[in-house]
Amino acid sequence: MSDTATLPAGFADLAPFADWALDTWRERYEKRLASSMDEMQAFYDAMMPRLTEILEHCDSLDLYDLPDDARNLLLMSFSLCEASFPVEAWRQPRVPDSGSADLEMVREPPL
Amino acid sequence: MAHFPKPAEGSWTEHYPGLGTAPVSYKDSYDPDYWQQEIDTIFKKEWLCVGRVERLGRGGSYFTREFPWAKRSIVVVKDRDGTVRAFYNVCRHRGNKLVWDDYPNEETSGVCRQFSCKYHGWRYDLDGSLTFIQQEEEFFDVDKDALGLVPVACDVWEGFIFVNLDPEPQQTLAEALAPLSEGLAGYPFGEMTQTYEVRSEVDSNWKLFIDAFVEFYHAPVLHQRQATAEESQKLASIGFEGLHYQLFSPHSMVSSWGGMSPPKDPRMVKPIENLLRSGLFGPWDKPAAVNDNQDLPPLLNPSKHRAWGIDSFLVWPNFMILFWETGWYLTYSYWPLGPSKHLFESTLNFAPPENASQRAAQEFAFSTFKEYAFQDANTLEATQTMIESEVVDTFMLNDQEILCRHHHAAVREQVKAGGRPTSYPWMPAPASANGE
Repeated sequence: MSDTATLPAGFADLAPFADWALDTWRERYEKRLASSMDEMQAFYDAMMPRLTEILEHCDSLDLYDLPDDARNLLLMSFSLCEASFPVEAWRQPRVPDSGSADLEMVREPPL
Repeated sequence: MAHFPKPAEGSWTEHYPGLGTAPVSYKDSYDPDYWQQEIDTIFKKEWLCVGRVERLGRGGSYFTREFPWAKRSIVVVKDRDGTVRAFYNVCRHRGNKLVWDDYPNEETSGVCRQFSCKYHGWRYDLDGSLTFIQQEEEFFDVDKDALGLVPVACDVWEGFIFVNLDPEPQQTLAEALAPLSEGLAGYPFGEMTQTYEVRSEVDSNWKLFIDAFVEFYHAPVLHQRQATAEESQKLASIGFEGLHYQLFSPHSMVSSWGGMSPPKDPRMVKPIENLLRSGLFGPWDKPAAVNDNQDLPPLLNPSKHRAWGIDSFLVWPNFMILFWETGWYLTYSYWPLGPSKHLFESTLNFAPPENASQRAAQEFAFSTFKEYAFQDANTLEATQTMIESEVVDTFMLNDQEILCRHHHAAVREQVKAGGRPTSYPWMPAPASANGE
């Protein structure tokens, strides 16, 4: 995905955050680690009030045949899952005291 | 003060006389000689779970597993008739590793009609038999029937594939898993095929991570900042008490409450949890596979408590299954890589989502799980280095840590016996060896 990821009509206000539409958990987690708290707070503040509408929009479609624009929105909500921990709990991108701990994703469900 | 009833003896630990209540040495978690004895008497003799049957689709599907602790590699394959078999991953010609891609030490998977050695082209059927030798006439006294792949004992329980490196296993898989083999049978594992699988090398002995996951005493403290301020204060002041503990030596289980899915008051959880209806205990809305299957296997929720949230079973020696009341399950595997190092593997398994909301709730459950796992894993490395310092030689285990005490004791009994012991000093006579 890229800055040019398209979003469904009605979600144009989220376009500045379309670079959070990332295919894999690894990419989403690394974007979280590479982001400042200000950047994540802005993403969180933009997404949270729209999350219910995002899910309603995607729920009206076939999950297993999502058009690209809806898929981008859903991927952004997955990135919000990652960004929520720094914003709601840690006040820093990494899990506190997690040092060099890392996880390799061996398999994840495709979207 | 106990919030949940304990056995008549006054504690879970003393319910099993012989288990003891004294402080415990952790030399078993860094001593290299002891580690080697664990490999020889436990890991090379027990049934070990290597994955789910869902990983093997049609006939010819295979995956490899690396067991560096035994200097072995195995291939697990589904034959055309559906039989799952395992073989050592070594060509009978000159010992080349048979199945690998790009990097010989990395695990791989795929589908094939037969196995063909990259080196000189010897070929083996899915049942392990040797079918083709390049320039066979150049060899001397060839008996192809005697040159099949070396088999590894392999069996399946409820869709979990187990192997046993012992050429003549002491017990069948069902015997080795008893009474869990019957007591957990019937759970809809096969319906929960939406799987996240992660792994991580952790700088601690394999038993230390088991310790961390068979007690929840640490949860209100180590993970306190994952809850809202008010909720974490409450949890920290109450601490943790299990609903029920039970030993099926060498297996064991802990049953716990979990009233957060959904929470009684939305202020108990973080804002995103309310929007996604999900959290550490998984999606709040049960999948149909569990809703339609209300008769849980007999070993689940043993105290029949209405606040039941999770049961965590240690399947001897290195496999755990966690059943969440919300209708999904977790597995953990711990593979020893050295006295102070192990490979941790985990899977999260959900019913396939029907819509985006369900999918997002599962994604958030995974995200949350991973935040906790990071905290747990790094704490282990801090523990490992300090027990190795030998400044302190015995450690305190409380009643909520009975399964830690039990697991180290069960390892000790098996190392002493040189294989699975016929009895354990803390367990009643075999006639009533169901832990009651």
